[in-house]
Amino acid sequence: MQLQGRNAVDIGRRHALKTGGGLGLVGVLAVLGLLPKSAWAGVDRKVFEATSLKDAFKAMGGLAPADSSQILLDVPGAAENGAMVTVTVESKLPRTEQISILVDKNPTALAENFTIPEGTEPFITTRIKMAQTATVVVLVKADGKFYKVGKEVKVTAGGC
Amino acid sequence: MSSPTKMRASVTNGVTEVRALMQHEMETGRRKDETGKLVPAWYITDFNVLHNGRTVLEGQFGTSVSKNPFLVFRFKGGKAGDKLSLSWTDNRGEKRTDEAEIS
Repeated sequence: MQLQGRNAVDIGRRHALKTGGGLGLVGVLAVLGLLPKSAWAGVDRKVFEATSLKDAFKAMGGLAPADSSQILLDVPGAAENGAMVTVTVESKLPRTEQISILVDKNPTALAENFTIPEGTEPFITTRIKMAQTATVVVLVKADGKFYKVGKEVKVTAGGC
Repeated sequence: MSSPTKMRASVTNGVTEVRALMQHEMETGRRKDETGKLVPAWYITDFNVLHNGRTVLEGQFGTSVSKNPFLVFRFKGGKAGDKLSLSWTDNRGEKRTDEAEIS
């Protein structure tokens, strides 16, 4: 089947969205910027493709975040199951607006990103996957500046 | 068909604590099935939580969030009987919204 021009793209896109099975096609469309963008705030989805902490920080606009003792990070020292590692974060930094959780040795560094509106406490408990023993890093954006803290988690069985 | 998000919330001293469990496979795209074939990536990319129509938390997920994403968070205000709704969308474009009342 030979289709040309914009109609071809539209039909292809509709087909991809309708069937949901053509992930390869959806991926290609996403790369081409043909899929609708999220209506919600946050980081550019490209940040999730960064494979190192440095690249992720750079993509988020916080190339050299300062270490901060004002970010409390609670992770297990050792995790038997890397598929489910509980992470609790609390920021004491005034005007905390964003909390991101990263893992330095996962295939992609950024696990998740939270936007904290006014009135919501800069506190979150979540569960992430870890491929191997690595450092869980929390990146906090507060009053427009980036801060971080990290802790190592020893992983017995990787979960990525 | 997706399954409903389980959500509970209660108020203590003017602060509402929300516990939410979204039901989703969260496939990374790197896992192989029994036949050795890669299972395609399938994961929640965005979610938000509204309290009486106002956003109290929003977030974005990559593939390193555990299966059935679990969250605990707190916001000021909120009283028993208030409505909370959690919406998510995944990388296939599927969406769902579930509601809960603060107890």
